Amino acid sequence: MVLSAADKANVKATFGKIGGQAEEYGADALERMFITYPQTKTYFPHFDLGKGSAQVKGHGKKVAAALVEAANNIDDIAGALSKLSDLHAQKLRVDPVNFKLLGQCFLVVVATRNPSLLTPEVHASLDKFLCAVGTVLTAKYR
Amino acid sequence: MVQWTAEEKQLIAGVWGRLRVEECGAEALARLLIVYPWTQRFFSDFGNLSSPTAIIGNPKVRAHGKKVLTSFGEAVKNLDSIKNTFSQLSELHCDKLHVDPENFRLLGDILVIVLATHLTKDFTPACQATWQKLVGVVAHALARKYH
Repeated sequence: MVLSAADKANVKATFGKIGGQAEEYGADALERMFITYPQTKTYFPHFDLGKGSAQVKGHGKKVAAALVEAANNIDDIAGALSKLSDLHAQKLRVDPVNFKLLGQCFLVVVATRNPSLLTPEVHASLDKFLCAVGTVLTAKYR
Repeated sequence: MVQWTAEEKQLIAGVWGRLRVEECGAEALARLLIVYPWTQRFFSDFGNLSSPTAIIGNPKVRAHGKKVLTSFGEAVKNLDSIKNTFSQLSELHCDKLHVDPENFRLLGDILVIVLATHLTKDFTPACQATWQKLVGVVAHALARKYH
C-alpha cells in the first residue's frame, strides 16, 4: 500500500485544518477506543480511564503529536517514527490488531468534529495513512 | 444470544429514526468502494467505477446501497433475533455471491463513519460503541451460514 501524491496532500491538508486541536482529537479518539473496544484497556491498567481523565488527555496529546509528526514527514514515516517503532517493539508490544481500532476511532473523531473535511477521497487517504503508521509502529515486532 | 441493554436499544432506535436510508446507504456503499477499492470486485457489472466522482454518481451504486441499508434495517427491527433474520442472506452471500465475510466488517466500519459525519457531536462515544457492536453482530450473522 503506497501513499499517492494526492493522499499525501489530503493528509497534510487535514492535519493543517485540525491544527492546534490535534490534542483534543487524540484524547477523543482514545476515549472512544476504550469505550468501543474495551479490550484495549488492558494496555492501560496503570491509568485512570474514567471520563475526563487527565492521563487519557495526556496520552491523547502524545498520540496526536506522533500522527502530526508522521504527517509532517509523510515521505519518510518510518524515519520519523523510528524511535516510537522501537518502543512499541521492545517495550509496549501492543498487538498489531489494535492500531486498526484506534485508526477507526480517529476517523470517527474527524467525522464528528469536522464532517465536511472527511470527503470520501480524504477518508480513503486518511485510512491509508493511519494504516501506514500502524505498519511502521509494528514493523520491528519480529 | 446477543444481549442489548435498554440504553443500547434506545441509541439504536434513536439513530435509525434520524437516518435517511437511501442517502446513507448510497454513501456507505460508495465509500466502501472508494476507501477499499478491492471491494469493487463484486460489482463488475455496475458500469463506471473509475473514480470517486464516478462511484458517488453511479445509479447502480446508489440503488444497491439503499438495498443493503434497508436490509440492515431488519436487524434494527429484530434486535433479539438477528441470526435468524439474516440466515437466508448468509447462505446467499456464501453460495451465490461468494463474498468474503471480511467485507461485512469493512462495510460496518464505513457505516459507523457515515453515521458520525451525519450526527456529528450527537454520535457520542456510547452511541459509537453501540453501533460498532450492532454492525459486528450483523457481520457475524451474515457469516454464520458459511461453509
